[in-house]
Amino acid sequence: MLDAETLRRYLLDALPGSEVELNDTTGTGDHFEARVVSPAFTGKTMVEQHQLVYAPLQPWLKSGELHALALKTYSPEQWKKLGPR
Amino acid sequence: MDPTLKAQFDDTVKSHPIVLFMKGNALFPQCGFSARALQLLQPLGPVHTVDVLADPAVRQGIKDYSNWPTIPQVYIHGKFVGGSDILMELAERGELQDLVAAGGK
Repeated sequence: MLDAETLRRYLLDALPGSEVELNDTTGTGDHFEARVVSPAFTGKTMVEQHQLVYAPLQPWLKSGELHALALKTYSPEQWKKLGPR
Repeated sequence: MDPTLKAQFDDTVKSHPIVLFMKGNALFPQCGFSARALQLLQPLGPVHTVDVLADPAVRQGIKDYSNWPTIPQVYIHGKFVGGSDILMELAERGELQDLVAAGGK
């Protein structure tokens, strides 16, 4: 089981300069929803953006500690245009 | 991965503007996520579907090919777009039709 703060800090380390908002959707520490706005996403397709988030989380996903992550990703430009909704 | 299979995937995704690797086929989707993906894509043009349940080698092979763990998977103009979550999000943002319209450019 993970807590949202640990996960958030981990993502911030992997994607410096990002804005990360995390919710533990079930309160059980294995289902989260995340919104990540990161300069690393600029010019990337959505699948590439998701892969950048999933890469550092692989160990937790593989171990099953992290079961599901509902992900919304935006470059700062996209976030300015589309969010907050 | 198996080079013959890889060549087959290369050929499939390049030969059709929209390709959906799904469980079941367009008439009988065998999974809600596949059905949903199909619904989102069909208004945008003809969708070439590949039933991964028909062949275990394809079912595993496409995951390796795309480096993506789940089915359905969508290719537009030869480029991997993602799975059902990404598809839904792109459709919501109005970016899905842009991808199709862009013609791979």
